[in-house]
Amino acid sequence: MANSNKPNIKDKYIKDFELFESKLNGQSKSYLHSLRKTAIEKFKSAEFPTLKDEEWRYTNVKPILQSEFIPAANAGEITPSAGEAEKHLYTGFDYYKLVFVNGIFQPALSDIDGITGNAIVSNLGSLKEPELQKLKTHMESIGDSDNAFNILNKAFSVDGAVIFLPDNFILDKPVQILYLTGNEKSEILSSPRNLIVAGKNSQAKIIINYQPLFDVKYFTNVVTDVFTDENAIIDFYKIQNESEKAFHIDKIDITQKGKSVVSNFSLSFGGALVRNDINVLLDDEYIENHLYGLYLATGTQHVDNHTFIDHAKPNCESNELYKGILDEKARGIFSGKILVRKDAQKTNAFQSNKSVLLSDSATVDAKPQLEIYADDVKCSHGATVGQLDMTAYFYILSRGIPADLAKSMLIRAFANDVIEPIKIAALKEQLNHQILQHLHSKDF
Amino acid sequence: MITIKNLHAKVEGKEILKGVNLQVNAGEIHAIMGPNGSGKSTLANVLAGHEGYEVTAGEVIFEGKDLIDMPPEDRAREGLFLAFQYPVEIPGITNTVFLQTAINEIRKYRGLPELGAKEFLDLMREKSKILNIDSSLISRSVNVGFSGGEKKKNEIFQLLMIDPKLAILDETDSGLDIDALKIVAKGINVFHNDKNAVIVVTHYQRLLDYIVPDFVHVLYDGKIIKSGDKNLALQLEKEGYDQLIKEAAEIEA
Ligand SMILES: Nc1ncnc2c1ncn2[C@@H]1O[C@H](COP(=O)(O)OP(=O)(O)OP(=O)(O)O)[C@@H](O)[C@H]1O
Ligand SMILES: [Mg+2]
Repeated sequence: MANSNKPNIKDKYIKDFELFESKLNGQSKSYLHSLRKTAIEKFKSAEFPTLKDEEWRYTNVKPILQSEFIPAANAGEITPSAGEAEKHLYTGFDYYKLVFVNGIFQPALSDIDGITGNAIVSNLGSLKEPELQKLKTHMESIGDSDNAFNILNKAFSVDGAVIFLPDNFILDKPVQILYLTGNEKSEILSSPRNLIVAGKNSQAKIIINYQPLFDVKYFTNVVTDVFTDENAIIDFYKIQNESEKAFHIDKIDITQKGKSVVSNFSLSFGGALVRNDINVLLDDEYIENHLYGLYLATGTQHVDNHTFIDHAKPNCESNELYKGILDEKARGIFSGKILVRKDAQKTNAFQSNKSVLLSDSATVDAKPQLEIYADDVKCSHGATVGQLDMTAYFYILSRGIPADLAKSMLIRAFANDVIEPIKIAALKEQLNHQILQHLHSKDF
Repeated sequence: MITIKNLHAKVEGKEILKGVNLQVNAGEIHAIMGPNGSGKSTLANVLAGHEGYEVTAGEVIFEGKDLIDMPPEDRAREGLFLAFQYPVEIPGITNTVFLQTAINEIRKYRGLPELGAKEFLDLMREKSKILNIDSSLISRSVNVGFSGGEKKKNEIFQLLMIDPKLAILDETDSGLDIDALKIVAKGINVFHNDKNAVIVVTHYQRLLDYIVPDFVHVLYDGKIIKSGDKNLALQLEKEGYDQLIKEAAEIEA
């Protein structure tokens, strides 16, 4: 029952942890579990964010806290057929495949044949001691940016995708990581913990695709860490296609070293309540970082995007472009902060957030923030909210194209500068199709 | 083909069309001229069904059907085509997808089977040849990064592909170099036959050297103040609108 007499949700998750731990047997002494234990201890004194927290003033997490999700590790396992998993993948190109169900790795549905050398394309749960040694420095900490959700992730993270590229390693195909979530019997908490470590001069394209296994309520609570060493080039495509009843909280921390280039795409389609946090630390010189974001929301969907770019060193460039399309009673939030520290001379930092509202009841809040302590920098930011271009709408209609399709074309046109830079052609085409299909309301 | 009677239209509360009368029959070419701001594009937009313009009086009958309450997409499906004075860019939608969608929607409306990919590509090849359009241009997004002249050519390309009954061309000749003008004129002449009709809005005689109009009308302050044959355009080219406007004012008074 959803009343104030029910046990505190934190106590519930702490009890869940005890149950989880009691079933671990031998593994309770493992390195990974020692991390989880640190996290649960931290969790005991952490508080979930409320509307009073500046960074959460637009997003009320009560619906998440009023639900009693069962951590996937404590719930019965379900294994979908290969055909079922296949339906949720982006196709038409070659890729390595890591499939997870409720955050737990599915070796039978995955395919990483052909990974050579010392590269790791695998999952957290099956890492061996020598592999863990390579990754430990990137795994231990609970950072300042971790809120209670992130800490909860780290307490229950039994699995997640792990990609490690040694120096000079160029991955020959993209990796597609598929998270299938949902259980018909219980409301699941999935806690994927992803780790991407790219060595010097390495390159990879990585797709993370979040999909519902069932169209039910569940909670995906993800933490993803990305480290790129000098000259690495990483394209990272996060595509959030969760169930319309699902909650999705995701934090991506990106730390870049000299001359590395990261292009991060955050494409948000599904979910009832979605929060995407991206924190980027430009921790060296001549780094390039591109953040592309697209969020389409309709019905009563709530999508909150937070980005933070920390220009800590000179001569770096960051480029951020977020676009939102909000229909019916959907709510969108964009909060983008750029910090240029005193040392970070010759910084180029650009940020733009544009939204269109397709209905009178849709809303968007944009909060761009520039904090600049260096004097020789080029920075700009801008946020606009508008409607679709009526002249273009008339142009399309005047060719005999029906109103709903005309509108979809305009939405696709609006999204273009986020979609166009996608380098995997077949993926781009499927996303195009998805955008054209996504919004269906008749008039605007 | 189309009969326009006493057409009045407002935009943002301001009356722009103040009683336009015009009859266009199959097989005819009509030229509409007139000073800047006289309402030529407004007339074209009203005929094509732009919702920003409010028709306050009059009627428009196109092929026996009342157009006034018909949505723009249905007017197109009935066979009306407007080449825009300022063609619109649509990033991310290729010309191919755009035209295939348009043509098949129009065919569906008329109870015709959709064009298959092969038939469609053949048609594109045939029509683009007439206009000397590079195939790379066609595979690009609609009008994005096109030069002014290329945008106008693309309107005529769409005209040839869609093959409507009535083509309204709003200053399709503006901004064209002499070679492009000849190509556009050629496209219009290839389109035109005795079953369809063309209304060209233009400021210049030079287009009318290639597309010879049966009638020339002068629109001024929301009304047609003079109609004549092709010689009227030649006269305007020499004398400008001043004399005509004065005469019209005298008649009014
Ligand atoms: N959407 C609009 N909002 C406000 N005023 C408009 C709008 N459309 C047209 N007008 C006004 O209506 C008048 C007629 O404009 P229109 O574009 O029809 O002229 P035109 O004859 O096509 O001119 P030109 O030769 O310069 O193309 C002008 O005064 C113009 O400013
Ligand atoms: Mg005009």
